Amino acid sequence: MGMIIQGATGDWEVVIGLEVHAQVSSNSKLFSGSATEYGADQNTQVSFVDAAMPGMLPVINEMAVEQAVRTGLGLKAKINKYSVFDRKNYFYADLPQGYQISQFLQPIVGEGTMTIELKDGEIREIGITRLHLEQDAGKSIHDQHPSMTLVDLNRSGVALMEIVSEPDLRSPEEAAAYVKKLRSIVRYLGTCDGNMDEGSMRADVNVSVRKFGDELGTRCEMKNLNSMRFIQQAIVYEANRQVDILEAGGKIKQETRLYDSVKGETRSMRSKEEAHDYRYFPDPDLLPLQFDDAYIEKIKADLPELPDEKKARFIKELKISDYDAGVLVAEKEVADFFEVVAKGRDAKLSANWIIGDFFGNLKRTSNTLSNTPVSADSLGALIDLVKDGTISNRTAKEVLEEMFDTGKDAAAIVDEKGLKQVSDTGAIEAAIDTIIAANLDKVEQYRGGKDKLLGFFVGQVMKATGGKANPGVVNQLLKPKLDG
Amino acid sequence: MSDLTKLKISEARDGLKEGKFSSRELIAAHLTAMGSAKGMNAFITETLDKAVDGATKSDDRRAKGDVGKLEGIPLAIKDLFCTKGVLTTAGSHILDGFTPQYESTVTTNLWNEGAVMLGKVNLDEFAMGSSNETSFYGNVVNPWRRTTDDQPLVPGGSSGGSASAVASNIAMGATGTDTGGSIRQPAAFTGIVGMKPTYGRCSRWGVVAFASSLDQAGPMTRSVQDAAIMLEAMCGFDPKDSTSVDMAVPNFEAALTGDIRGLKVGIPKEYRLDGISSEISALWEKGIEWLKNAGAEIVDISLPHTKYALPAYYIIAPAEASSNLARYDGVRFGLRVEGESLDDMYSKTRGEGFGEEVKRRLLIGTYALSAGYYDAYYLKAQKVRARIADDFKEAYKSVDVILTPTTPSAAFAFGEKGDDPLEMYLNDVFTVPASLAGLPGISVPAGLSADGLPLGLQILGRPFDEETVLRAAGVLEKAAEFTATPTAWWRG
Repeated sequence: MGMIIQGATGDWEVVIGLEVHAQVSSNSKLFSGSATEYGADQNTQVSFVDAAMPGMLPVINEMAVEQAVRTGLGLKAKINKYSVFDRKNYFYADLPQGYQISQFLQPIVGEGTMTIELKDGEIREIGITRLHLEQDAGKSIHDQHPSMTLVDLNRSGVALMEIVSEPDLRSPEEAAAYVKKLRSIVRYLGTCDGNMDEGSMRADVNVSVRKFGDELGTRCEMKNLNSMRFIQQAIVYEANRQVDILEAGGKIKQETRLYDSVKGETRSMRSKEEAHDYRYFPDPDLLPLQFDDAYIEKIKADLPELPDEKKARFIKELKISDYDAGVLVAEKEVADFFEVVAKGRDAKLSANWIIGDFFGNLKRTSNTLSNTPVSADSLGALIDLVKDGTISNRTAKEVLEEMFDTGKDAAAIVDEKGLKQVSDTGAIEAAIDTIIAANLDKVEQYRGGKDKLLGFFVGQVMKATGGKANPGVVNQLLKPKLDG
Repeated sequence: MSDLTKLKISEARDGLKEGKFSSRELIAAHLTAMGSAKGMNAFITETLDKAVDGATKSDDRRAKGDVGKLEGIPLAIKDLFCTKGVLTTAGSHILDGFTPQYESTVTTNLWNEGAVMLGKVNLDEFAMGSSNETSFYGNVVNPWRRTTDDQPLVPGGSSGGSASAVASNIAMGATGTDTGGSIRQPAAFTGIVGMKPTYGRCSRWGVVAFASSLDQAGPMTRSVQDAAIMLEAMCGFDPKDSTSVDMAVPNFEAALTGDIRGLKVGIPKEYRLDGISSEISALWEKGIEWLKNAGAEIVDISLPHTKYALPAYYIIAPAEASSNLARYDGVRFGLRVEGESLDDMYSKTRGEGFGEEVKRRLLIGTYALSAGYYDAYYLKAQKVRARIADDFKEAYKSVDVILTPTTPSAAFAFGEKGDDPLEMYLNDVFTVPASLAGLPGISVPAGLSADGLPLGLQILGRPFDEETVLRAAGVLEKAAEFTATPTAWWRG
């Protein structure tokens, strides 16, 4: 369901297109051998090429090319066997060459598609316009000196994939779903770590509004949004701003706007008239990028199973619900974890444990899946103890908490604390008899039709056995005795 | 001992091998020559200590039997090549104080073959010019003077310092770079041999860029054989330059067999320009005669798009330069003139740092790439360039090499062509087409003008067929018997 802004003159539709910049997972930069590790000391990952020293020349990093092709294949896009690097010319202190090497007219990847799933389960297909490779710029730091701007060139020359969508998105929710899905795909592919906090993924958001059925309106672009929340907030603010202008009889100026996350508003950075003339032209230092079908096929053969296919398989083969499958495949790590747990076990039970108590405990202990103290095998062993009746479901929840807190495995905790479920009918029967004898009045009431008292008797038996009695066995023995 | 500075590289190689003199003695003679020729202003930076040290090490290597192709040979390096720890200026104020922490591939190759650097030689600013009048470090003076007057003459450009240093026996050879004729034209103006190899033969890594798709390094020497020796040492595939070509380096010297019987030599009719001096035309005829007498077959050919070469070149080269020179922004190295804001700092730095000719070309290039003009200028020029390359491809179906004059006139006096940039640009009319097509070309001194100035003939070849070009040039050189030398006015 798209976002609708109800204006005085009628309903407005919001139209959104995204340009996502995804940092290519690669040990070196797009055109130099410098390292790309995040968080290194300033200006320690800078080669003569990255600093644009005189006479230095770019040499394409083949890994980055492969990653771009892999991503294109993951987006079911057309791979262009001939593409060209262009120079985008502009002056800025953190752009050492005075131009960014990018791809303008002939990108490495052409049109593709991606599906997004919305909360109500609706599936939408979003068009991908293109994907191209380009260099990142360095970073200007304005707050470390009272009068000077400092420049860190660690990012200068880092390989980025710019992935451009068609204006197919209709709400902030869809935009967020798109970015999430894209992030999921590149992480599955291993072509980008998708880490928005570290700037590995950021989006330029184009927003316009129109009356339903009208032509596309004039768009404004908001640059460099680095969180899902900001993307959505910026869209809401910007769409409403545009509707207000149009309803007041004004016109939208095509411009680049800045989203101020502190004030929660967008403001003009530069108008179309002030836009840079980038003077694109093919970079004469680089040959056109060319490869053959065999190269593409080789990469295709190595593609991992992507979220859509994995989800379909989970539903079809493992018989888990659409919702659970969706949750499990969103992150490759979760899906992998699930598959280890579910191997040789009840898939549905495994899914429930992971999505429920396991995630709950991760959150409680401020852990993430990457540093979970409870491995997939340990969780599986716990589920086995429930399944074979060694412990009750309720006890298992407590054991899992203990596992998170101590790092011990389930069997050890059950042993240590004597949590083993009692299925010995003799012991349970004895307990039942004692309790019935002590509560004859309640037995009368039960027999008189107060069925609810069954729960009371079960609870008493459990209490008497220290919670260790197998609830199934208790029920089985208790009912005939009460019924008399 | 006779004057060691008069030796050719091939002769010095023999003398060193036979132990007639040491590299130290050879270098010392050249340093003395360098010291007495300051008036020529060929050098921006003299590296005396480095030269003496290099010669000593070379002699040590020789003693151990470790002898490179240019072992102990003194060379001058155009100040467009980055040299580790040695000021590199590109003839520009904007590179004030720039001392690279790296060595260009071409010079690395030369040092690996035992060559010794005398210093960094003057050039037109960023190699933009045909007279060496645009250098921030002042004009280089041609060692030659007319017999009719005593006016100082230009050495040509942009490799003017290289040409003058070699022609005046300060250096046995020099590196040059050729974008539209910057090796061949000054070689012709100073009576030496200058060769631009095929684009991609020499690495551009570490060479300050002017126009990336055209720039190519090459040797400037006093004989064709020396050019072959030096080219072999400096070229070769370099993975650090994506446009460098992965091909084996032939033994160029071995190609100088002196035998061109049956070689087909093309004479392009479009190079018979109006306004070309009658001396140049006559020399061209002589050249044709010499090659014919040596057994070559002369074939009239047509290169129909020749007249569009200069206009296309003066779009493409400035367009690339406008982008290549954006890195000189005062932020990281070289000159910075402080300003009120970043933009103001840029304007002031680039305003003061670049000279008039560089600014002119940056403006032309920026304009040619601008939105709305790109198709009409840059794209059109690229189409013309493709046609010109096709012209040559077609011609090389019927000929092996092409013979033309190198320049439309002999060296001129300072200021003579300074007022009209277009007139200056015409200097490159015979050299630019081969640059646009990326072809190898060589200029060989072939005669003197009526007023005693050297004139050159140019031989162009097929891509990566430097061997045939050198062989034909060797025959031309032998037939021309060019032995004239400039009078050493600079010592007086």
